[in-house]
Amino acid sequence: MSLINIRNFAIVTVLGFLLSACATGGKRSANDWYEGTDTVKFLASGVPDRVFFATNKSSLHTAAKGTLNKQAAYIKKSGLSVVVEGHADERGTREYNLALGERRANAVRDYLMSQGVGGGKVTVISYGKERPVNPESSRLAWSQNRRSVSVKVK
Amino acid sequence: MKRLSLLLILTLFITKSFAVVTIDITRGNLEPLPTAISNFYIDNPERFSENIKKLNLDKNLPKVIKSNLTRSGLFYVLDNKSYIQKPKLSHLKPRFEDWKLIKAQIMISGKLKIDDKGRLRVEFRLWDVVSAKEIEGLALFATPSSWRRIAHIISDKIYQRLTGEEGYFDTRIIYVAESGPKTQRVKKLAIMDQDGANNKFLTLGNELVLTPRFSPNGKMVTYMSYFKNLPRVYLLNIETGIQEVVGDFPGMTFAPRFSPDGKKVIMSFARDGNSDIYTMDVKSRRVEQITSNPAIDTSPSYSPDGRFIVFNSDRSGLQQIYVMRNDGRGVKRISRGKGLYGTPVWSPRGDLIAFTKIHKGKFYIGVMRTNGTGERLLTQNFYQEAPSWSPNGRVLIFYRETAGGKKGQGASANLWAVDITGYNEVKIKTPTDASDPSWSGLLSK
Repeated sequence: MSLINIRNFAIVTVLGFLLSACATGGKRSANDWYEGTDTVKFLASGVPDRVFFATNKSSLHTAAKGTLNKQAAYIKKSGLSVVVEGHADERGTREYNLALGERRANAVRDYLMSQGVGGGKVTVISYGKERPVNPESSRLAWSQNRRSVSVKVK
Repeated sequence: MKRLSLLLILTLFITKSFAVVTIDITRGNLEPLPTAISNFYIDNPERFSENIKKLNLDKNLPKVIKSNLTRSGLFYVLDNKSYIQKPKLSHLKPRFEDWKLIKAQIMISGKLKIDDKGRLRVEFRLWDVVSAKEIEGLALFATPSSWRRIAHIISDKIYQRLTGEEGYFDTRIIYVAESGPKTQRVKKLAIMDQDGANNKFLTLGNELVLTPRFSPNGKMVTYMSYFKNLPRVYLLNIETGIQEVVGDFPGMTFAPRFSPDGKKVIMSFARDGNSDIYTMDVKSRRVEQITSNPAIDTSPSYSPDGRFIVFNSDRSGLQQIYVMRNDGRGVKRISRGKGLYGTPVWSPRGDLIAFTKIHKGKFYIGVMRTNGTGERLLTQNFYQEAPSWSPNGRVLIFYRETAGGKKGQGASANLWAVDITGYNEVKIKTPTDASDPSWSGLLSK
């Protein structure tokens, strides 16, 4: 456990360095997840509805965890339920992407639960590559499409 | 389909003499066989009603045969303006010198008749021009409205006579018809004849549908639907239109395919971020878990004898192809090249596995032997995946997408086919954009 934490810390440190090195560049980080604000909506003021993933990955980086901390706090306070949608970019086979979207949505669900959100408050659905938010075929669009979106249940 | 085949009565007749002309389909065919297809002649025009006349069967039936044979890449059909002999004599007493003159190596002729029961009788003959012999002949009966199927059966007969292997023309394709913007794509199940005729939509597009696959007898389809926003595997009876969900799974089921005996559906079930492979017996509804691994296991496909399953897993870290016994034991990775591998499908001949490969930002359709050796990449593109085999294991149909611009403009999805030799890549025309094709078996089998 501690080893993993140390490794994560090391990755974060390296990343921070890389990011500062290309701060004026595109919004995709060196690890190819999206870090901009285009396409992002809000569950409530200051609570972004989505987090972004690296290609073929479902791990949550620091910024994603920051967003999910806000979501967790909001869900607990409001008593609302959410559906977490898992999405993939168009650069993978359809069936694998369905599984990958499900894995991403569950990574988010697990994290929200680790922050004290009741399991009954969060359901998941995978859309694979079927519902991109940006229809362009570009690296930027793909990074925006590799995402989870938490949607309030009405 | 049952109904149709009852109307088709096949009577094999005439000769079976030794053919001098043959086609070797194991190699890429760079020199298609020069072929003449005469118009068919009408034996009793007085019995042809106005409605039947309107079908122009004397021209259209040979035209469908021409289109089939041309698309196979194995035949080059000579322009019929160059034909010297008239259809009737071509069929009854061909002058081979006339056909040799235009360099035809084979000639196809036919006769149409409406019989006492109002059925259409089609007789065709295949002539070896070089050895001046008839090498195949067949008479078929059907309701006039199913004339296209007769043309397909004749095409199969010609293909079989000259290649020594079963054809694939009397078949259908089920696929997903696509429309609307990429961000809100509307998807419907659609079915059509192998040549694109008789296109029919099976769902309305109210919910997302994906990955339809035929049962071995072509009567059922298994596919995935987001009906009521619950992504699940469904069964659809094409004749009755009755749909039902497969199994009672508390989460997403996807990537379905029938077992070769049609008794089971094999698919993935995703729970808590993990996808494993399950089967469900269609009759008893009994569910069995086949893989149990924390990685993603998906895209399962049985070997034609049902003893093995090829599937896609990222247990090594990234998508690769694995083979296991049908009980889930003896898992072996077979994809060894550089890059990612997905969508494995076992050939109906049992000898090859078709797949999608992703390497350095390009997508390939390829084949490898079942132990992973002999990998051959058949086609490369910006995006393509999901190969499905022709019933004779000689052709793959798949879908290809083009890149989208700023607002997705220019993005398209279409069906394509390629021979396993890597030759004869052809676009399959569909009325709308199309993806996820599945090829049926021979309908008259």
